[in-house]
Amino acid sequence: MAAILEVEHIRKSFGNTEILKDISFSMDKGSTLSIIGSSGSGKTTLLRCLNFLETPDEGIIRVHGELIFNAQDHASRSEAEIRKRRLHFGLVFQSFNLFPQYTALQNVMLAEELLARERADYKERRKELHAEIENHAKALLAQMGLSDREGNYPHQLSGGQCQRVAIARALALNPDILCFDEPTSALDPELTGEVLKVIRELAMRNTTMIIVTHEMAFARDVADTVIFMDDGRICEQGNPAEVFNNPKELRTQQFLARYREG
Amino acid sequence: MDLIRQQMAIVIPALNAGFLQTMRLFFVTLLGAIPLGLLIAMGSMSKIKPLQMLVKIVVWIVRGSPLMIQLLIIYYFPGLVWKTPIWGGGEGGRFLAASVAFIFNYACYFSEIYRGGIQSIPVGQEEAGLVLGMTKRQIFFKVKLLQMIKAIVPPMSNEIITLVKDTSLSRIIALQEIIWAGQAFMKGSQGISGAIWPLFFTAVYYLACNGILTVLLGRLEKKLSYFK
Repeated sequence: MAAILEVEHIRKSFGNTEILKDISFSMDKGSTLSIIGSSGSGKTTLLRCLNFLETPDEGIIRVHGELIFNAQDHASRSEAEIRKRRLHFGLVFQSFNLFPQYTALQNVMLAEELLARERADYKERRKELHAEIENHAKALLAQMGLSDREGNYPHQLSGGQCQRVAIARALALNPDILCFDEPTSALDPELTGEVLKVIRELAMRNTTMIIVTHEMAFARDVADTVIFMDDGRICEQGNPAEVFNNPKELRTQQFLARYREG
Repeated sequence: MDLIRQQMAIVIPALNAGFLQTMRLFFVTLLGAIPLGLLIAMGSMSKIKPLQMLVKIVVWIVRGSPLMIQLLIIYYFPGLVWKTPIWGGGEGGRFLAASVAFIFNYACYFSEIYRGGIQSIPVGQEEAGLVLGMTKRQIFFKVKLLQMIKAIVPPMSNEIITLVKDTSLSRIIALQEIIWAGQAFMKGSQGISGAIWPLFFTAVYYLACNGILTVLLGRLEKKLSYFK
């Protein structure tokens, strides 16, 4: 199968601190990749680079074989270019970042509506497009089990519900690859389950996903591939059974042992 | 009491006229200071360090010294020092000078409120917009602006109510606002002299005006309370 995402030799420093040190990996369409590792190992920075919230200092990113980022090519780093290309990716944040002044439904619809305005036929088909977008958003919220929450504002929702709205919002633009940055870290333990459940369902539907998480059991369950990051490098990668049961690297062994104890 | 009742027929129209001038200064100041404050706020958050420093120093001077002194300097300085009275004579000139002083002073206060409002919005809001393919412009207008307005309404309400009362400082350059109008009856005007009650009575005007403003601004605040 052709790789949907190829990342080659990504490096990123903040000041004198190198956070990502030569990261390369690829993933297949419809697969799920879990990234584990201790805090500060560069997991989040890697996700932010893929979503162009940070600009890598070096490296190449390809989606469907198409070059979408090359650190050497400054034209590919302009704001307008980045805006187009980042739509290949979706990102679900740890702290949801829903827009507080909009209802759940409006949160899901907003970006799609703004994009629709750029269409040549927007003026003639305005009503029709709006209805399409609304139906799409409603379907996504239903998929998240939130049909009865469409009209609620974020402050009226629980953390788990907020995160599910955020997932629906990220799915609205049909990204090729959906990224999750510790999607359950801001949630109470009893709310974690409902979010993990919808991510599992997405994996079942062959949504291509990269999940940065501290939920080891979940990472192992849901992922086709696991990457263990340590000190800005990919220390070990492979299928979950292998990485979790027979880690080859000492650092991975230590990391997993600490989790088993905890 | 009878005397006051007799005087009222003369005093009230005079106070009304003064209050009209008070209100003029109030609205002109708001109209000028609300946009100018935004400009100053952008300056104080500018990435160009010298500009940022300059703006911050100006804001410090304006907020750190009495508005009354600023009024006096702006009104008298050009005539006394440059020998060119730029404001022109009469009530029109005084109003112009007072407007400039008030707009500049209040713009500096507003700029700090705006800055607080802008900086109170979590960076995650912008990032969420960016990853959804929004432009910076769309993020500002569709995501941040309303949150910013919500954040600044309570402190702006305070400033606006203070402004109503601060207009009385323009008495110092003899602008014919309501304090000036009330005081006239102490010195003697239209056959009334030595009457101090008109000056006391001016407080009723300020109270009524601020009562109305409190209700209106409170409604706006309530309207924005549907989200958190």
